Amino acid sequence: MIVLGIESSCDDTAASVLEDGRVVLSSIVSSQESIHAKYGGVVPELASRRHIEAIVPVIEEALSNAGKTLDDIDGIAVTQGPGLVGSLLIGLSFAKSLSLAKGLPLTGVNHIEAHAHAAFLAEKGERGGAPGFPFVALIASGGHTTLLHFEDATAYRVLGQTLDDSAGEAFDKVAKLLGLGYPGGAAIDRLAREGDKGAIDFPRPLASKGSLDFSFSGLKTSMLTYVKNLSGPPSEALLRDLSASFQEAVVDSLVTKALWALRATGAKDLVAAGGVASNSRFRARLSEMAEEEGLGLYIPHPRYCTDNAAMVASLGFHQLEKGRLAGLDMNAKPTWEGF
Amino acid sequence: MEETVKYLTSSPEETERLGEGLSEKLRAGDCVALTGELGGGKTSFARGMARGLGSKGGVKSPSFTILNIYEGGRLPLYHMDLYRIMGQEEFLFAGLDEFIHGNGAAVIEWAERAPSLLRDCRITVSFRYVSDTEREIEVRIKDDAGKHEKPVL
Repeated sequence: MIVLGIESSCDDTAASVLEDGRVVLSSIVSSQESIHAKYGGVVPELASRRHIEAIVPVIEEALSNAGKTLDDIDGIAVTQGPGLVGSLLIGLSFAKSLSLAKGLPLTGVNHIEAHAHAAFLAEKGERGGAPGFPFVALIASGGHTTLLHFEDATAYRVLGQTLDDSAGEAFDKVAKLLGLGYPGGAAIDRLAREGDKGAIDFPRPLASKGSLDFSFSGLKTSMLTYVKNLSGPPSEALLRDLSASFQEAVVDSLVTKALWALRATGAKDLVAAGGVASNSRFRARLSEMAEEEGLGLYIPHPRYCTDNAAMVASLGFHQLEKGRLAGLDMNAKPTWEGF
Repeated sequence: MEETVKYLTSSPEETERLGEGLSEKLRAGDCVALTGELGGGKTSFARGMARGLGSKGGVKSPSFTILNIYEGGRLPLYHMDLYRIMGQEEFLFAGLDEFIHGNGAAVIEWAERAPSLLRDCRITVSFRYVSDTEREIEVRIKDDAGKHEKPVL
C-alpha cells in the first residue's frame, strides 16, 4: 500500500510518500531549500497562512521525488491534531479535497503518536530494525515531552508528560539566558562536551516522587537565578560548565523517567524521538542504559525526529489497514484528550 | 482612565494565586497581555487564570505550540505565547487575532511582540525578576465604560 502523508500542525508543511508503512519513497518539509525557492525563498515565518502557499509545491515535490503520481496513491493520512488550528485546517482541507477528488480513503492522525512511528521508517533498500510491541516511546521536542506506551501500532496510552515547559523549550530558553544564539539546543550540546557536568547542581524535579511526569520550568528559573547573581557576563569556561550541568539535569530526568516507564510496563523496547533525540549526551545516556538493562533502543534518523510527514504516513498506514477511516466531516483537534 | 496596582510574590504558587484572582474579573471577549522577561512567572500566572475559570486540564507553556485552549470552565481560555513570534505582522499572519475578543478570554505571553495587543487588551500584567524567589507583578486594568475598577486581585 502506498500512503501519502500530510503534516501541517505547526511551523512546517510536510508531505511524504510511504510504501507499506515503512519504506520512505520521499519526505519533503517546507523549510527545505528546494521548496523555499518555489514560493518566495524567504525563511519561513510561523504563519498558518504560509501553509497555504507551501502545500501544493510540497506535495508535488513529494510525489515527483518518489517517482509517483496521484494515481499510484492508495490512501491519505493527515495530521488531525494537536496543533495550531489554522495550520491544521490547511492540511486537513487539502487532504479531504484530494480524498474526494480521487476517491481515496482518508485517515486522521495524532501528531505526537506519529512521532513514535518514526522508529519504523527505513529508506528504500535499507533494512532498519524496528521496535517490538509493547514498547515505550519518549517524545521530547520543543512542543512536547511525553511518555507513551504502545500495545500495538495504533493502541497507545499516555504514561506521563511535562507539567510546564517541554525539554526542547528548556534547552532553547536556557541558551537564550546564556546568550548562546539559535538554535540553542545545538549550542548547549556543543559547549557541554568540554564542560564539567557536575560543576553546578541543578534540580531534578519530580525525581523522588516516582511520577512519570516531567517539569523543566524550575530548572530554567535556577539558571536565571544563577546568571542574575553573576557579577559580569559568564566566561567561556563557565558557559561550558553551565551548559554541561544544565544538560545533565535535563537528560537525567528524561532517562530516569524512561527507565521507570519501561520497568512499570514491562516493555523491553524504547523509542526516543522528537528534536531533543538529536542531543548527543541524551543519546549516549540512553545507549548506556539500554546496554545495562538489556533493552532495545530505537532512535530515528534526525530528519525523522523533527516534524515530518513520513511518520504521519506510517501511523496512517496502520489506521487505514484497520479501517479507521475519516469522513469529509473530520475536523481539526487543536487539543487532543489525554495530552 | 487606567488603574495600576503592584504586587510582590515570593513563589510560583503565589503568582498562580494572583492569576486565579484575576480570573474572577474576566468576561467574554477580554484579553490579558502578559509582558516581561524569561522566568518572570507568566505561565504560572496563566495557569492560575485557567484554574480560576474552572478548567480542569493541565496548563503547559505554549512557547512552542503557540496556542493552548482550556475549556470546561466558566469561559474558554485561549492561552497564547508570542515567544517565537517576531512581530505584529507575524502575529496576524499566524491567525492568532482570531482568538481575541471572541467568546472566551485570551491570555497572551510575550504580548509586547505584537504592540497592538498592549493597546487593545483591557488588562496588562508586567512581570519583573526581583530575587531568586520574588517577582514584582504590575496589573493594569483599563476602564472601558467610565467605570473605575481597582485592580485588586
